[in-house]
Amino acid sequence: MQTEIDRNPKATVLLLGARSDVARATARRYAAAGYGILLAARDPERLQAEKTDLELRYRVPVTLLAFDALRIEDHAAFVAALPALPDVAISAIGLLGRQEADEADIPAAITVMRSNYEGPASILSHLANAFAARGSGTIIGISSVAGDRGRATNYIYGSAKAGFTAFLSGLRNRLAGRGVHVITVSPGFIATRMTAGMDLPEKLTASPDEVAEAIFKAQEKRRNVIYVRPIWRLIMLVIRSIPEPVFKRLKI
Amino acid sequence: MKLSGWGRTPVHATRLIHPEGEADIRAALADGPLIARGNGRAYGDSAVGQQTLDMRRLDHVLAFDPATGQLVAEAGLLLADIIACFLPQGWFPAVTPGTRFVTLGGMIAADVHGKNHHRDGGMRHVTDWIDLMDQDGTIRRCSRQENPELFEWTIGGMGLTGVILRAAIRLRPVETGWIRQTTRPAANLEAALAALEADSHATYSVAWIDCLATGDAMGRSLVMTGEHAALSELAGKPTLPPARRKRAVPVDLPGFALNRFSVRAFNALYWAAGQRQQGSRLVDWDSYFYPLDAILGWNRIYGRKGFLQFQCVLPDASAHAGMAALLRAISASGQGSFLAVLKRMGAAGGGLSFPMPGHTLALDFPATARAQALFDRLEAITLDHGGRFYLAKDARLSAGTFRAADPRAADFARFRAGAGLTAQFASAQSARLEL
Ligand SMILES: Cc1cc2nc3c(=O)[nH]c(=O)nc-3n(C[C@H](O)[C@H](O)[C@H](O)COP(=O)(O)OP(=O)(O)OC[C@H]3O[C@@H](n4cnc5c(N)ncnc54)[C@H](O)[C@@H]3O)c2cc1C
Ligand SMILES: NC(=O)c1ccc[n+]([C@@H]2O[C@H](COP(=O)([O-])OP(=O)(O)OC[C@H]3O[C@@H](n4cnc5c(N)ncnc54)[C@H](OP(=O)(O)O)[C@@H]3O)[C@@H](O)[C@H]2O)c1
Repeated sequence: MQTEIDRNPKATVLLLGARSDVARATARRYAAAGYGILLAARDPERLQAEKTDLELRYRVPVTLLAFDALRIEDHAAFVAALPALPDVAISAIGLLGRQEADEADIPAAITVMRSNYEGPASILSHLANAFAARGSGTIIGISSVAGDRGRATNYIYGSAKAGFTAFLSGLRNRLAGRGVHVITVSPGFIATRMTAGMDLPEKLTASPDEVAEAIFKAQEKRRNVIYVRPIWRLIMLVIRSIPEPVFKRLKI
Repeated sequence: MKLSGWGRTPVHATRLIHPEGEADIRAALADGPLIARGNGRAYGDSAVGQQTLDMRRLDHVLAFDPATGQLVAEAGLLLADIIACFLPQGWFPAVTPGTRFVTLGGMIAADVHGKNHHRDGGMRHVTDWIDLMDQDGTIRRCSRQENPELFEWTIGGMGLTGVILRAAIRLRPVETGWIRQTTRPAANLEAALAALEADSHATYSVAWIDCLATGDAMGRSLVMTGEHAALSELAGKPTLPPARRKRAVPVDLPGFALNRFSVRAFNALYWAAGQRQQGSRLVDWDSYFYPLDAILGWNRIYGRKGFLQFQCVLPDASAHAGMAALLRAISASGQGSFLAVLKRMGAAGGGLSFPMPGHTLALDFPATARAQALFDRLEAITLDHGGRFYLAKDARLSAGTFRAADPRAADFARFRAGAGLTAQFASAQSARLEL
């Protein structure tokens, strides 16, 4: 029976956007497997309770780091200053924005685009280069099914996620054979802070724990692209196959 | 949205809120009456209100003292997580209900009891303090020393004294994740009650009753006791048992899947299996404490109409006559219960807590008109024998019946009114029972 914190865990995982519900559940999943945890968020002070919780539950070391996806000029220094290069890096960064309002408020729309594409792609590029130099590591990006086809109701967010999905695909292609594995996670609906108050269909909505488990399994099985829940792969196949003349008139 | 308890009936419309912190709870308080909800394992309408606060996101472990086993955590923490995290560190909950999918807040609010109630008491006895938010958003530490009256009423108070934010409870040290279980058949009710009394030294004890057996065999039972196994007993087994496989009930089974024939067949099989497993053997903690948890969503086997659970406790003096009358009424109605559990209870709790010295019987039935008629009978028999009812299981008692069984209900309602809690903290159950 283990009662002390293991100061030399066999592996570590870095969670970017660590205050998100999905990242929180994912941190617990990796900690339960014995990983040391690095939590990176804009306001790491607010993660103090998370750190205590993880340390008491799983007896793994937890480090809090300040990180802002939009401050791309700081990303190189962030990676250089990491206590040690992690084995796994996961981006749970995301900003849904308010589609209708942002159609008029273009600076706000650009913040959504940068937060979902430019910021995550920038930090993962720095990490990918470091992983490639080391010759090992796993990069996991949480994108979204919203990136599979632009729709009137969320294309600002969706277009950035589309860019991020393409980025991850290209990165996987570049690093295959160099010891670095890249996983694209495409959730449909997740019951989190981001979707609080929305009326989501129960059968299509995953819990953060479900997403965390899917991510962990995908890493173990070295999957490339996963949909959570899996039914979304089919749904998006159908949505992508609708001819544009029809699609443009649909309200979905 | 529509919400119910574990029995899936009754269903009420509610505004469901998922607070992330104290500020969100304060905002909800300003919006109107509300009730806190844990993991929704109470069977009836205890955790459904006009507004319902789903507390499960507030689930941080805040402190643990390995010298005393005291755990401090937020109310939404699941018992399943406590076990998953602290059993590997050598600790087990000191009190646990028959499912681990309950929250710390729900366990305190219902003052849950486990198979060790006769010896160790209930949740009340292992709770050191509670941080409770009142109708103004003020947070009070409640314990046996600080705000003792509020502490007393909050444990077993079904969320009606405020929102439990955090609490300190005690875990018990264990050497292994195994239980040494001893199973003995008892030929009838008298033998079962005698066996439970004779086993009062055992840490855990409970009897499963075949409630369809009649005549001389009425009340025949499998009496099961258990002790935490020491390392020296394992004979090569790993200290912690491997995780059990989970199965889900994928869809609602049609209501007729569970009729008196299938229940009779189940009861007969269980009885036969129990007799084969007589004697003592090592069982993993999960199968021992939480046999139903292996089937996720098992409440769906009763179909869409849902089901009702009946649980009463009868004082020692009338337990024998009362249990016999309850079993006769059940067998006369021809409705067997899939699960019927008989257990000895120890010291009474305070406040509005359910336990008192005596025996408790728990049964469940599909929610049909015939079951409602049977419940009328069972409630009358309970009243006649000086018994009382468990609010965590109740979905249908009348205010009159509840108050007749439990004179403390009026004191509780007075306390609530005096502290200005009545209008702010209300569930469908508290409205029905006029608490
Ligand atoms: C299979 C099964 C077996 C069971 N076995 C037992 C048993 O052996 N012994 C036993 O005693 N019970 C047993 N129960 C009942 C169960 O333990 C209780 O109903 C428990 O209260 C459920 O906890 P929960 O977190 O799901 O709470 P909920 O069902 O969500 O709520 C129950 C009550 O607690 C209140 N509450 C919840 N959280 C808070 C909070 N943070 N602040 C204030 N109030 C709160 C609610 O308002 C409500 O009144 C069993 C239930 C099932 C389904
Ligand atoms: N919820 C869904 O239905 C759904 C569906 C598909 C995909 N996703 C994706 O799943 C991931 C997790 O989202 P979630 O649902 O858990 O929502 P969430 O709780 O809103 O998480 C998003 C996280 O991104 C962080 N973030 C935003 N901008 C940032 C920046 N500039 N720098 C650093 N961090 C920033 C936020 O940090 P702060 O806490 O500091 O604000 C927040 O923790 C996201 O990538 C999201 O797009 C969600």
